[in-house]
Amino acid sequence: MAALLSFILFAGLSIGCALLCLFHRSVVISAFSLLGTLLGVAGLFLMLGADFLAMTQVLIYAGGILVLILFGLMLTPGDPGEMQPLRIFGGLAIVGGGAVLFLMKMAGVAEWGSVEVENLPAPQPTVDEIGLELLRRDSYLLPFELASVILLAALVGAVFIARRRFEYVDEGGKA
Amino acid sequence: MKPLTIIASALPEAPVSEAAAPQGNGLTEMLAGWLPESVPFWGLTLMASGLAFGVIMAFVSVVAMFSTWLERKVAGHIQIRLGPMRVGGWHGWAQAIADGVKLLIKEDIILASADRPLFKLAPALVLGTAISTFVVLPFAPGVMIADVHLGIFFVIAISSVTTIGVIMAGWGSNNKWSVYGAMREAAQVASYEIPLGLSLMPPVIYYGSFSLLEATQAQSGWFGMHWYILDPSVMLVSVPSFVLFFVATLAETKRAPFDLPESESELVAGFHTEYSGIRFSFFFMEEYAAMFVMSAIATVLWFGGWNFLGLAALEGIPVLYTTACMLVFIVKSMLLVFVMMWVRWTLPRLRIDQVMILGYKYLTPLCLIVVFAASLLEYLRFVLSN
Repeated sequence: MAALLSFILFAGLSIGCALLCLFHRSVVISAFSLLGTLLGVAGLFLMLGADFLAMTQVLIYAGGILVLILFGLMLTPGDPGEMQPLRIFGGLAIVGGGAVLFLMKMAGVAEWGSVEVENLPAPQPTVDEIGLELLRRDSYLLPFELASVILLAALVGAVFIARRRFEYVDEGGKA
Repeated sequence: MKPLTIIASALPEAPVSEAAAPQGNGLTEMLAGWLPESVPFWGLTLMASGLAFGVIMAFVSVVAMFSTWLERKVAGHIQIRLGPMRVGGWHGWAQAIADGVKLLIKEDIILASADRPLFKLAPALVLGTAISTFVVLPFAPGVMIADVHLGIFFVIAISSVTTIGVIMAGWGSNNKWSVYGAMREAAQVASYEIPLGLSLMPPVIYYGSFSLLEATQAQSGWFGMHWYILDPSVMLVSVPSFVLFFVATLAETKRAPFDLPESESELVAGFHTEYSGIRFSFFFMEEYAAMFVMSAIATVLWFGGWNFLGLAALEGIPVLYTTACMLVFIVKSMLLVFVMMWVRWTLPRLRIDQVMILGYKYLTPLCLIVVFAASLLEYLRFVLSN
């Protein structure tokens, strides 16, 4: 019962906030309501025993990416509160997503309804296993290191794009 | 004594099936002993959560009230003044209570032009995230609401959500100073989260665990003085990592010299310009709660948590021992809070570009070096001990 209540709470939070995000006319409120969706999904991860994933979800998505989205919205010219996104897109997104999930279920790719919320196994600490898997030579070591190289390249690229270009502003001797 | 586990019992440790006996922990078991057996497990869990919330809320209120008084006294004495002296008699000890009553009875103003839902939700979100980090703090053996396996990570993750609340307050106020404050907060906190997280890695590498309880227990040697910062074999790493953590903490909790989100000389009061009465006091409580939590994390990871010289001698008398441990933990944390106040009233505020340069050009590379050195040192210690 406790697990069912928690599930209803987290699932309701994520779905409700996702609907708010899709259909609210204010872009800023849509962005803020993503917070509820992200926290709800983190709670669902926690219920499934993925504690590290849940914390990372909160830290990276709620504390990092959502802040950047909001930061970007505040730098956007014009009043974002008055923008009127077409609500038909929200409805289409829901119908399309549902159709994709249904097709996946039909094709046997995805599976649901087979796990009872009350019968979830007790969670085990996952962070040690994740660390070992990422750094073991016969496991995910190569993809892990490759991903870090790609991220480094992206970082250098971002600095290159954002840096001041002295050749255009060097008129008065100072940048 | 077993730590009082609520999060774990509220979420995944729920009964495996209806037939099996519910597996509660600490607080839920305690409640089950007092209440009739007809109360279902989820009811107990809810009640335990409510009880924990009440205890934390009361503790946060007391800490915030004491800290406001301390802040004003520290500010006064650093500026060769006395600070509050009148209310209550002895050195104005009741000043904070008077302030609290004043904030409670002040008019709660919501601007007609404000974004009402955001304006109302922001203080609750900010304070809620700040107090939920108290769940993992180990105050004394057995006095801990939840021994979360990823305790340190939990605190960092949850406190990063506070930023959203501050942005919400700034945007909802519909005031340009507030929005400037919110944008500074977003830029500053997103930048300093990297050094904050990295500077926590040396202790985590040393303990081999994210759990705050395990970190405290690992420092119980040497008659209670085997603190991470006092261990000569790792001092080369522990002292710099603490300094880096402390600087990142000042930025993360918006304390001077990093108080740009609310810099009162430029932005009136930054993101909480438009808040009054009890809603304003929520932001105030959040600031002191966050200071206490960050100081408590530093206490646990670097200064031995509740361990102190000779404290283990009291272990025979449980009540006295628990009280003494709690006292040691709170005094250590409050001393670090005092240092944060000391810094605030000593250093002038940085400019936003200086804040960014310090974060990205100095703190982050230094943190990376310290993490590398910590890993190397741990490897050497491992090789030498085998």
